[in-house]
Amino acid sequence: MNESKNAVIDQRVKEDYKYGFVTDIESDTLAPGISEKTIHYISGKKKEPSWLLDWRLKAYRKWLKMKEPNWQNVNYKNIDYQDISYFSAPKKNELKSLDELDPELLKTYNKLGIPLDEQKMMNGIAVDAVFDSVSVATTFREELKSHGVIFCSFSEAAIDYPEIVQKYLGSVIPHTDNYFACLNSAVFTDGSFVFIPKGVKCPMELSTYFRINEAKTGQFERTLIIAEEGSSVSYLEGCTAPMRDENQLHAAVVELVALDSATIKYSTVQNWYPGNPETGEGGIYNFVTKRGLCSGKNSRISWTQVETGSAVTWKYPSCILKGDNSVGEFYSVALTNNLQQADTGTKMIHIGKNTKSTIISKGISAGKGQQTYRGEVKIMKSADNARNFSQCDSILIGDRCGAHTFPYIDVRNQSAIMEHEASTSKIGEDQLFYCNQRGIDTEDAVSMIVNGFCKEVFNELPMEFAMEATKLMEVSLEGSVG
Amino acid sequence: MLEVKNLHVEVEGKQILNGIDLNVKPGEMHAIMGLNGSGKSTLSNAITGRENYSVTKGDIIYKNESIVEMEPNERALAGIFMSFQYPTVIPGVNNTYFLRAAVNAKRKYNKQKEYDAASFLKFVKSKLKEVEMDSKYLKRAVNEGFSGGEKKRNEMLQLLCLEPELAIMDETDSGLDIDALKIISKGINNYKNKDRSFLVITHYQRLLKYIEPDVVHVLIDGKIIKSGGKELALELEEKGYSWLES
Ligand SMILES: Nc1ncnc2c1ncn2[C@@H]1O[C@H](COP(=O)(O)OP(=O)(O)OP(=O)(O)O)[C@@H](O)[C@H]1O
Ligand SMILES: [Mg+2]
Repeated sequence: MNESKNAVIDQRVKEDYKYGFVTDIESDTLAPGISEKTIHYISGKKKEPSWLLDWRLKAYRKWLKMKEPNWQNVNYKNIDYQDISYFSAPKKNELKSLDELDPELLKTYNKLGIPLDEQKMMNGIAVDAVFDSVSVATTFREELKSHGVIFCSFSEAAIDYPEIVQKYLGSVIPHTDNYFACLNSAVFTDGSFVFIPKGVKCPMELSTYFRINEAKTGQFERTLIIAEEGSSVSYLEGCTAPMRDENQLHAAVVELVALDSATIKYSTVQNWYPGNPETGEGGIYNFVTKRGLCSGKNSRISWTQVETGSAVTWKYPSCILKGDNSVGEFYSVALTNNLQQADTGTKMIHIGKNTKSTIISKGISAGKGQQTYRGEVKIMKSADNARNFSQCDSILIGDRCGAHTFPYIDVRNQSAIMEHEASTSKIGEDQLFYCNQRGIDTEDAVSMIVNGFCKEVFNELPMEFAMEATKLMEVSLEGSVG
Repeated sequence: MLEVKNLHVEVEGKQILNGIDLNVKPGEMHAIMGLNGSGKSTLSNAITGRENYSVTKGDIIYKNESIVEMEPNERALAGIFMSFQYPTVIPGVNNTYFLRAAVNAKRKYNKQKEYDAASFLKFVKSKLKEVEMDSKYLKRAVNEGFSGGEKKRNEMLQLLCLEPELAIMDETDSGLDIDALKIISKGINNYKNKDRSFLVITHYQRLLKYIEPDVVHVLIDGKIIKSGGKELALELEEKGYSWLES
C-alpha cells in the first residue's frame, strides 16, 4: 500500500472523540487511596447490610495477597491503586422522581443521546444511568414491576432484595477469580440488577449507560442478571467517558445466571475514551470480568460486544455451559486504532451434555492499533456430544497495525465436534479499487468494507443498537456512509 | 472522448504497455483483441487509474483533458466505467446498498438530489429488467457467491445504473452462456448512443456477431499491431494471431 493511500486511511481512522466533554457538577468524591476504611466508607454510604460489608472485606484481604496479572498481550503504565478515588457521586442524588434529577445530569445524558426524561424516552427501552459511582436514574421501573421484572441499581437491590443478591452474588465469578474481579468485589460501587421471574419474557429492552465523569476516579460497577426458568431478557450496556490526560481504571464485573430454558442476551457497545490519538495519553483501562452461567437445561446465554473505545481493553465474556443442551454464544467486533490495544475473546466451558457454543470474532486494526484474540474452548469429560464453532477474522487497515490470534482448545471427551476457522487479511486493494472505480471515495469505501466485515456480529445486536454500532464504526473510522 | 497517446505503463517495475495509441470518438465502439497476457487488462486499469499501474510515458486524454493525475474515483465520477474481468467480492456489503452509494456519489458530483432507499429501489428494479436479473441478487452481498455469469450481469447492471459515457468492458462476454451473451449484447446495444463510447475487450468473434464495433484492434506484447474493421475479428478467428506476429 503506497504512502498516499496510507495518508487517506490515517485520516480516516483519526477519530474525534465526541463524548469527551466533562460535566460540571457538584460531587462527593472520596480522597484517593484504598484501605479497609475506604470499604467501610463505601458500604456505609450505600447503607449496606453487614453481610455485604463482610463480603467486601474478605475480598479486599484476598486482593492484598494477589499479584496483578501480566500474561495479556498489552502494555500499559503501572496503576497506582493509592492514586485512585474509589467513590464519587453527584451531590443531589436522593430522588423521588426523575423530575428531580440534576439538570446538568439530564443535559449530560441528552448530549450522549440517552434521554432519561420518561416522556421523551426511546420507545420501549428501559434505561439505568450510572454516573461515576452511582446509579442516577432508572426508567420504566413501574411498568416492568407489573410484569414482575426487577430492574434497579445494584445498591438498591442489596437493600430491597437481599436474599436474591446474597444467593447469586459471586456465584458465577467468585471474589477470588482474578485480580481485578477481586478488587471489584472489595470496592464495587454501583451497577444494574435485573431479575426476571419464571416464565416472563421481559417486555422491553433493558439498558445501562455508564459514564465516568470525575477525574482520577475508578469505575467499579457490578451487574447481576438472573433469569428464572423459561424467562428471557435482552440487555444492553453503553459506556463513555470524558477526555483526560491521565488514564482511568474501569474494572467491572458482570454475572449472568440462566436457569432452565431461560435466555439472556447481553450486548455491549463500549466507547470509553481511547486516549490521545498521537501520544496515547489518557484513555480508559477497560479490565472487565464477564461470565454467564447456563445453570439450567436448555438455557442460553449470548454475549455480543462492539468494542471501539478504551486505551487498553482486556476482557473475555465467557459462558459456563452446565445445563444439558445449553447454548453459549459470543459475537464480537473490536476496533483498535491509533495506539489502542485490545486483548479480548471468550471462554466456553462445556460441562453438560449436548451443549453448543458459537464464537464469531471480528477484529479491526488501524493506525498503530494492536489486537489479540484469545479464546478458550474447554470440553469437560461429562460433556457428551458437545459442539463448538469458532470463527476469528481480522482485518488490517494500513500496514502499521497488528492482529494476533491465540485459540486454546482443551477436549476431554472424544464425542466433541470442534470447528475452527480463522483469517487475517489486509483491507483489499482490489476491494478499494472496485469501490473507487464506481465513484466511491476511499474513506467511504473503508467504512463500507469494514461494516460489511462486521455484519454477522451487528446482526446479533438489537435493532436500535445495530444502527448505533454501524454509526459508531463510521465515526471511529471517521466520515460517514449514506 | 478518449485519446491514448504513446502510452507506456509499468506494473511493479515491469514494462507492460509499450506505446499504445487509441482514439475513441463519441458514439464509437472499439474492440480490442489479443493473446492472454498481451496487456489488455493493464490498459483498462491504466485508463481507470488503478494503483501500481504507473504511466511512464505518453498520456491519456479524456474529454480533452489529461487524466493521468486524477484519482480513480474522480475518473469514475467523470464518466469512465470499467466492467471488471474479475469482479471483486465485498463480503457483508449489501448489493443494493453498494449500488446506491455509487449512484449517489455520482448524483452528488453532478449536483443532483441523492436517492433515498425507496426511490432507489424503484430505479434499480427498472434496470434489473434490462439485464433480466432476479431481484434476489439485490439482497445478497456484492458478488458474494455469484457465479461467473451472474457477476458479469451484475457489472452490466452497475453500468446501466451509473450511466457512464465511456464504458470499458473487460471480457464481459467470457464465461457467459448463449442467453446471457444475448442479454449483455442487447444491453450494450440499447445503451450505446451518439454520446456514449465503448471499449470492448474480448477473445471471441461470437460477441461481435451481436454488437458492431467500428474498429477492431489487435494488441500484442503491449502494442497495437493492427487495426481494422469488423472483418479483422473474423480473420483472427480463422487464422489465430501468429500470422500477425512475424
Ligand atoms: N499487478 C501485476 N503484477 C505483475 N505483473 C502483472 C500485473 N498485472 C499485470 N501483469 C502482467 O502484465 C501482463 C499483461 O497482463 P494483462 O492482465 O494486461 O493481460 P490481458 O491481455 O488482459 O490477458 P488476458 O487475456 O489473459 O486477460 C501479464 O504478463 C501479467 O502477468
Ligand atoms: Mg485481461
